[in-house]
Amino acid sequence: MTETKQHGETVQTESRSAIEIRNLSTYYGDFRALDDINLTVDPMTVTALIGPSGCGKSTLIRVLNRMNDYIDGFRVEGQVLVDGQDIYDKKVNVEQLRKRVGMVFQKPNPFPKSIFENVAYGLKIQGIKEKSFIEERVVKSLQQVVLWDEVKDNLKKNAFGLSGGQQQRLCIARTLAVEPSIVLMDEPTSALDPISTAKIEELVFELKSQYTFVIVTHNMQQAARISDKTAFFYMGNLIEVGDTQQIFTNPGVKRTEYYIRGQFG
Amino acid sequence: MARKSEKYIEGGLFAGALFTVLTTALILGVLLYETVIFFSDVSIVEFLTDRQWTPLFDEKHFGILPLLSGTILTTLVAIAFSVPVGLVIAIYLNEYSGRRFRSIVKPMLEMLAAVPTVVYGFFALVIITPFLQGIIPGLAGFSALSAGLVMGIMIIPYVTSLSEDALFAVPYSLREAAYGMGSTRFQTAFRVTLPAASSGVIVAIILAISRAIGETMIVAIAAGQQPRLTMNPLVPIETITAYIVQVSLGDVPHNSLEYRTIFAAGITLFALTFLLNSMGNWLRKKFREKYD
Repeated sequence: MTETKQHGETVQTESRSAIEIRNLSTYYGDFRALDDINLTVDPMTVTALIGPSGCGKSTLIRVLNRMNDYIDGFRVEGQVLVDGQDIYDKKVNVEQLRKRVGMVFQKPNPFPKSIFENVAYGLKIQGIKEKSFIEERVVKSLQQVVLWDEVKDNLKKNAFGLSGGQQQRLCIARTLAVEPSIVLMDEPTSALDPISTAKIEELVFELKSQYTFVIVTHNMQQAARISDKTAFFYMGNLIEVGDTQQIFTNPGVKRTEYYIRGQFG
Repeated sequence: MARKSEKYIEGGLFAGALFTVLTTALILGVLLYETVIFFSDVSIVEFLTDRQWTPLFDEKHFGILPLLSGTILTTLVAIAFSVPVGLVIAIYLNEYSGRRFRSIVKPMLEMLAAVPTVVYGFFALVIITPFLQGIIPGLAGFSALSAGLVMGIMIIPYVTSLSEDALFAVPYSLREAAYGMGSTRFQTAFRVTLPAASSGVIVAIILAISRAIGETMIVAIAAGQQPRLTMNPLVPIETITAYIVQVSLGDVPHNSLEYRTIFAAGITLFALTFLLNSMGNWLRKKFREKYD
């Protein structure tokens, strides 16, 4: 008895994934955007979602923190577990979920506020008032994204004065400030120049010891460079998922190989 | 051939533009001319400091302050009512309601602006005033409060429509960022969208104020015709516009001193709205600097 119980617990901790997607299908009205997806994301790893436009990868990443809730006619079937909890359960507080599962968007979208206020925003809406705590967290987050040295003298200046790459790093800092466990990135570098892109990739690499990353990208080199696992989507189906090394050198499905080589999509 | 007709068209358009400019210049010219004559009889100091306005009585006083306070008082009541209500409606339409609800309700709301103001004035006199008298015992039959409130109702569509446009223009990516941080709809609306739309909202408010200051019919009907230097909204007062109506329609002989008072009052009104518009521009620029 005791053994089986212990055994059961061990199994549970071992299989404790950051995200577990079970038989997930999503619909926009009658259109099925994702078809019976099963996918597991381990903690403290980087998972890249790749595939041609319209394949459903953006839909999937937005399902993970319920960003599609406000879209009329959007519907989800199946289960999405984050830290073992079904996030589409009725009891789930969506705002709390999004504090645990942060998101960085395609185009840098800082608030029209000062640099400091941008990073402090997430803490302030939680009702945190302690100034020293907020300041500490803002500094830490800006250091995490290696932006601190560039902005430390201009914290009161408007965030719109920063360059695109700096703005995107600011948006990452803003997300990290509320200490999420998972960070979703929807093509985070598609609007940036190569140098800014390299900086963000470096960041993800540095930070993956503390956070779980899921990244949608159109850039194959990027997926190969920064991710541990890669999932290839096509027409709403998950075609193949595996270690990035294996997917890029020895894919199991022809279509994956064609896509990675740039022969279609 | 094409070139020639092109020239006629250009000329026609220019004439149209010139016509509006000339009209404005002419109005201002007449206003200034009559005002200068008025001030040769009445000193500016008296006009600005005398606390009574009784040009139609035997004992004449030419202090603009009572009329000015009447205008300011009714405007304050109207704005205090219409800005919060109008903004709440705008935020609801933009952040909460569905597309369909918005597409039905917004045009209906804008129809409020098409109601003739004389109807509003009548509405104030026979419905709002008796209703308010039931709540506030000391309320007179004519008052700044009931005229101001009805004016506020009339102005709501201006505030709502323009603020809603400003809110609508805020990119969706900003709302996404707010939601993605775990903001509630309320936090998103008041901490992100509204501040981002602030310059447009300020313009809406300034325009609403201008509209309230210039409104004539409602105050002429429901606010009374008693120039009184007071900030008490429960008693009858008279606004600048209502006074101009009163004299224009009355039997005051043209080219008399009494008649010219309406030009002095008119130029005061003009100065007020001009000041307001300049203030609006200034405020807008200031906020721009802060948010861009």
